[in-house]
Amino acid sequence: MQLLVNIAVLAALYALISCGYVLIYRVSRVLSLAHGELMMLGAYGLAVSASLLPGHPLVALAAAGLLALVAGFAVYGALMWRMTGESVLAAVLATIALGILLRGAMILAFGTQTLYPLAALGWTNATLPVGESARISGAGLALVGATALAYGGLFAFLRGTRWGIRMRAAGQNPLLAAQRGIRLHGVYALAWGLATLTGGMAGMLIACDAGIESTMVTIGLKAFPAALVGGLDSLVGALVGSLIVAAAEILLIHYVDPLLSDVVPFFVLLAMLVVRPWGLFGTREELDRV
Amino acid sequence: MSIPKASGYFRTRYDEDAALLDTRWRRAAFVLGAAAFAIFPVVAGPFALDLANQVFLTAIGAVALMLLTGCAGQISLGHAGLLAAGAFTTGILVREWGAPIWLTLPASAAVGAALGLVFGLPSLRLRGLYLAVSTLALHFMVIHAGQEYETRRGYSTGVVIDPPTLGGFALTDARAWYVVLLAACAAAVLFAVNLLRARTGRAWRAIHRREAVAEALGIDVRRAKLSAFVVSCTMTSVAGCLFAYYRGFVSAEAFSLFVTIQYVATVIVGGIGSVLGALLGTVFVVLFPYGIEAAMTALGLAERLASVVFAVNYAAFGVVMLLFLVFEPQGLAGMWRRVQAWFLLWPFRQKRAAR
Repeated sequence: MQLLVNIAVLAALYALISCGYVLIYRVSRVLSLAHGELMMLGAYGLAVSASLLPGHPLVALAAAGLLALVAGFAVYGALMWRMTGESVLAAVLATIALGILLRGAMILAFGTQTLYPLAALGWTNATLPVGESARISGAGLALVGATALAYGGLFAFLRGTRWGIRMRAAGQNPLLAAQRGIRLHGVYALAWGLATLTGGMAGMLIACDAGIESTMVTIGLKAFPAALVGGLDSLVGALVGSLIVAAAEILLIHYVDPLLSDVVPFFVLLAMLVVRPWGLFGTREELDRV
Repeated sequence: MSIPKASGYFRTRYDEDAALLDTRWRRAAFVLGAAAFAIFPVVAGPFALDLANQVFLTAIGAVALMLLTGCAGQISLGHAGLLAAGAFTTGILVREWGAPIWLTLPASAAVGAALGLVFGLPSLRLRGLYLAVSTLALHFMVIHAGQEYETRRGYSTGVVIDPPTLGGFALTDARAWYVVLLAACAAAVLFAVNLLRARTGRAWRAIHRREAVAEALGIDVRRAKLSAFVVSCTMTSVAGCLFAYYRGFVSAEAFSLFVTIQYVATVIVGGIGSVLGALLGTVFVVLFPYGIEAAMTALGLAERLASVVFAVNYAAFGVVMLLFLVFEPQGLAGMWRRVQAWFLLWPFRQKRAAR
């Protein structure tokens, strides 16, 4: 039972992070390797807003969310729009460079000590019982809730709203979309903003659970296999992939070796790449093959 | 990739066309350069020697990455992992069986080639970024295996390696290392330059530009991709082996993702697709942290930021990479070519060279 709860929490975490990868890839075909750092930026945003806005914790949370959204827009507006139309390689290299820049800048700005924004918010991370034998931490519960909220919101947004439909169109065929009058830069910027927002949410929740540490970047990278297993351009896939990766990780840690934690997602990833590289729900990029 | 020649230069025989040093000036420059390299260890102090050795070591890996990313257009994020694979192969062979260098070097190469084959396979199924992804997996797995070895055998801080013996005497002196690493680096560069002129290298460039056209021209895209990956991995792994011997010490912590990013930086800063660029980029990347440190001392920030020097490095690296990507995608090699063209065409102005 406890294992199930752990799997659910970890899967929620991976899903929340990996939807950022999926959003950016699906809309602009760019793989963002700075996602872990953007996540951390969101977490630091929470730390800052918690110390600056001593009012209600929810105000601080909302401010941090807004900050993450703006950070995403800023990343696109300052850097990534220059990479539109360049080769995919250049764009990916740019995200790598951005990642290392952000990492350095964050250490310079906030130091290397572990921060605990939860205490600054004035909440405690209580453990709640689930069923008879299992327990879940408050932050874990919030994580599951946030993931459900994020995915629900994203599905509704992509299906129902005008901007969501534009986003899907831009992802399917940017040329046609542009000719129908869709502003690609706007759509791409929105994708980066949303991806940073969801990633930032994940970062904030990890920060509430375990504090802000430099290992957060590794968690961001570990969520990437989840996105790929499900298929890089499918949100449903990201959910399922996260479940698979989280289950594999928790079970192997429990039954085989706790040291495996960092590698399990990549084993799953490699197996998937060999068997079905476009992922469970991804579209096979037929046009790219001759 | 050769630069245009001034008028009056004609090639009349095939061996002139195939020669690496095709003009008198180039031959003279080569001789001068060789002389400079020969004199350097005599006049240089220990610090400069160590820097030169680091440049040579890094250059091997950088050239390897340039072949893969710059020429074949396959991005690799597993470079640190491959270095680690070579280094750990060496470390394990030396610690467990006391293997000599003429055994560890080919063993490292074999391990690198095998890893390249296994992790390159997924890229054959689909194009795009899948190689990058599987190399990321490679990085984490190799590092994990290395850590596992360290903890199982009780070398919690790292594996110590004795200096290798070559032809009867031990390589402990920095000057001896200079000769060995210079030779290795020169061999790597020569290999890369010749490979790129040959069928394999031309095939790599073709799949980089447009895979569909390359396939239509009769290039076996899968084979070209896989061969690029295997060659690059083998070279990197050999560089890792030399790195282990040079440092005398192998530890999983030495091969973080930042090392990979440094190598990627050599490719970006040097200029994608040029061996000269890889060398220039290497010099830049190796000297850059020292430059940062000097700048910080000059600005009087050194004491205040002493504990976060690495963060300054990270940030500065990111900024430099971004500046090059946005404003000079052809890197230092592109700048060099432009300078050459400026002198060649003077007093006329050159058009901005299209790629």
